[in-house]
Amino acid sequence: MELLSGADMIARFLKDEGVERIYGYPGGAALHIYDALFRQDSVQHILVRHEQAATHAADGYARASGKPGVVLVTSGPGATNAVTGIATAYMDSIPMVVLCGQVASHLIGEDAFQETDIVGVTRPVVKHSFSIKHPSEIPEVLKKAFYLAATGRPGPVVVDIPKDMTAPTERYEYVYPKKVKIRSYNPVTRGHTGQIKKAVEMMLKARRPVFYTGGGIVTGRASEALTDLVQRLGFPITTTLMGIGGYPQGDRQSLGWLGMHGSYEANMAMHHADLIIAIGARFDDRVTNNTSKFCPTAKIVHVDIDPSSISKTVRADVPIVGAAGSVINEMISLLQARESAAPEALAEWWQSIDGWRAEREGKLYEPSKPGEALKPQEVIEAVYRATRGEAFVTTDVGQHQMFAAQYYKFAKPNRFITSGGLGTMGFGFPAAMGVKLSYPQDDVVCFTGEGSFQMMMQELSTCKQFGAGVKIVNLNNQSLGMVRQWQDLNYKSRHAHSYMESLPDFAKLIEAYGFTALKVETHEELAPALERAFADTNELVFLDIYVDPFEHVYPMQVPLGSMRDMLLSKTERT
Amino acid sequence: MRHIISILLENEPGALSRVVGLFSQRNFNIETLNVAPTEEPSLSRLTVTTVGDDRVIEQITKHLNKLIDVVKLVDLTEGNHIERELMLVKVKALGAARDEVKRTADIFRAQIVDVTPSVYTVQITGDGGKLDAFVQAMAPIGILEVARTGVSGIARGDKLLSL
Ligand SMILES: Cc1ncc(C[n+]2csc(CCOP(=O)(O)OP(=O)(O)O)c2C)c(N)n1
Ligand SMILES: [Mg+2]
Repeated sequence: MELLSGADMIARFLKDEGVERIYGYPGGAALHIYDALFRQDSVQHILVRHEQAATHAADGYARASGKPGVVLVTSGPGATNAVTGIATAYMDSIPMVVLCGQVASHLIGEDAFQETDIVGVTRPVVKHSFSIKHPSEIPEVLKKAFYLAATGRPGPVVVDIPKDMTAPTERYEYVYPKKVKIRSYNPVTRGHTGQIKKAVEMMLKARRPVFYTGGGIVTGRASEALTDLVQRLGFPITTTLMGIGGYPQGDRQSLGWLGMHGSYEANMAMHHADLIIAIGARFDDRVTNNTSKFCPTAKIVHVDIDPSSISKTVRADVPIVGAAGSVINEMISLLQARESAAPEALAEWWQSIDGWRAEREGKLYEPSKPGEALKPQEVIEAVYRATRGEAFVTTDVGQHQMFAAQYYKFAKPNRFITSGGLGTMGFGFPAAMGVKLSYPQDDVVCFTGEGSFQMMMQELSTCKQFGAGVKIVNLNNQSLGMVRQWQDLNYKSRHAHSYMESLPDFAKLIEAYGFTALKVETHEELAPALERAFADTNELVFLDIYVDPFEHVYPMQVPLGSMRDMLLSKTERT
Repeated sequence: MRHIISILLENEPGALSRVVGLFSQRNFNIETLNVAPTEEPSLSRLTVTTVGDDRVIEQITKHLNKLIDVVKLVDLTEGNHIERELMLVKVKALGAARDEVKRTADIFRAQIVDVTPSVYTVQITGDGGKLDAFVQAMAPIGILEVARTGVSGIARGDKLLSL
């Protein structure tokens, strides 16, 4: 029997759980835990420079690896600084465990120094939360936290740990709980066979079917099964922003992603479909546009592990609650040796789709001419080529995020890492750091904007300390581009506070941390800068690329319209 | 339509606030809420009455079920059920009104459970409609204070909401 203090139990549990790395920042209420971390060497602690970055870094790691990211912060301001990152993970269903120090139990409720009811503050943005009431319950509570974070529909779990629970003098028996049971939590995995059969029959009869798949394919590790299913049926597929990479984007059946800035052909296909097979997607407002005009002729099959996602915004005709992979595999086995009952209709459907594709071919944006400012789109395409499409790509939020999603083509899941649900500026750089520290052999690119980068740029210091060689591609349009685009479209170009006046000299800033920065202002400078930037995978390089500040992201769905109501450029509209 | 949802909830700190928070967070409405321990010490039973169309009620029950602390729930209004609420009412009882209060209480099978020279405290149980009717009947006489427990309910027959 082993007697350990609460703090030592935490360190020991992390090791036993197989956690290699955690992200955090110390403070009074967490100091017993920090001392325990100091006295071990199984778990590496990455000291960030702001707690929000700890959550984004852990989140980036979780998105790349599929395993829970782990964060450790102190009470009060440490915990409240983490809230944005917790909410970011929650909106995108990312597994994360956040350990928060808390004031000692006898002080709780007294407005003690650095006391915040963090369980209360985070309640709407966590999958679940725990408060430790006795040191002896630490192993079991932590196991529950990891179990909840990573199973079913994943999400962040907060564990609040009053300081006295980790006191070095209080020792209790430690046993690593291999398994836990929570009687009220039994996530379904297998879908209802009757419903799946019904869905398969509809698929076989469909004349204009479309697969619409989301983040559930990525978190559910179902992309191989999905690819198999989609290719057997020969149907077109579009993914959400979160589902990018769930199906190889270079394949002919892939229509790219859909929604507000989705591809013309994806949105057109959705609008005209007679059957939509939604898997691991949640029909959110950035996808559906006006739900009352959404896909007027389509029947909807909706597969999701979370019953509350089904028929939330759009009524499903065939709801199937289950894990994406399991349901898809069952569909495949039911399909064995059966073929579409409407092959001619399907061929006609592909003709329409190819027609839509051809309509926009070569018209997506106007490349810059020599002497003109670079277009952000062409920069993304150049980075795509420079990394052979194999990098992990994180983004911040804004125009550059949409361009990255549109012009970097992903063949694999877990490679495109973006804050889709919350749209958190500041996410990209720390997320890239979290990915890079766990995947040192890979290129990790963060596409950012000069607005977003300034929200989390203090993490340059963390990258320096821990040698995280991320490539930061700053698409510098000298403005809060996405805000400005909306102001151009909806406010007669009144640019209220969408400028970034008094930008720093990014090159000097980066150099102050001892890193390389390359400023790119012309076409001619781009290729050599990229070559230099990607020469050494482990070197942090910052590319400050000046791009056309007047560029807009298109297509863009027209507010309150249907899926097919889109602006296609500054002058064209469907 | 009005629905009565009964929930078995883990008797854990914070569990109740998660349920209540869910309703405000998702813009669902709560008409009454009633919560107390059950015969099984690890569980509380919570009954909430809410109003919404089928889509909203479906969302409410799905989101409630998703809360880790919710062990089981039933929408009692889907089947035959018994619905009860208890109310304590203080009414002015002076002169002729003293008899009037007594008579009305008798008609409603309510009991006067506390008396002062000027005030009667009346206890009444029944469904929400009956309690509303009693309040209406007493209003002209002069209601001083009302305390209602909120609805509690249980399915008729063999149907159980238990572990
Ligand atoms: C934390 C946060 N604050 C505000 C916003 C609203 N917002 C969305 S995009 C954007 C502009 C981003 O500017 P930049 O990072 O320069 O990217 P660009 O659009 O210019 O590519 C803003 C302010 C947000 N998404 N996140
Ligand atoms: Mg910008």
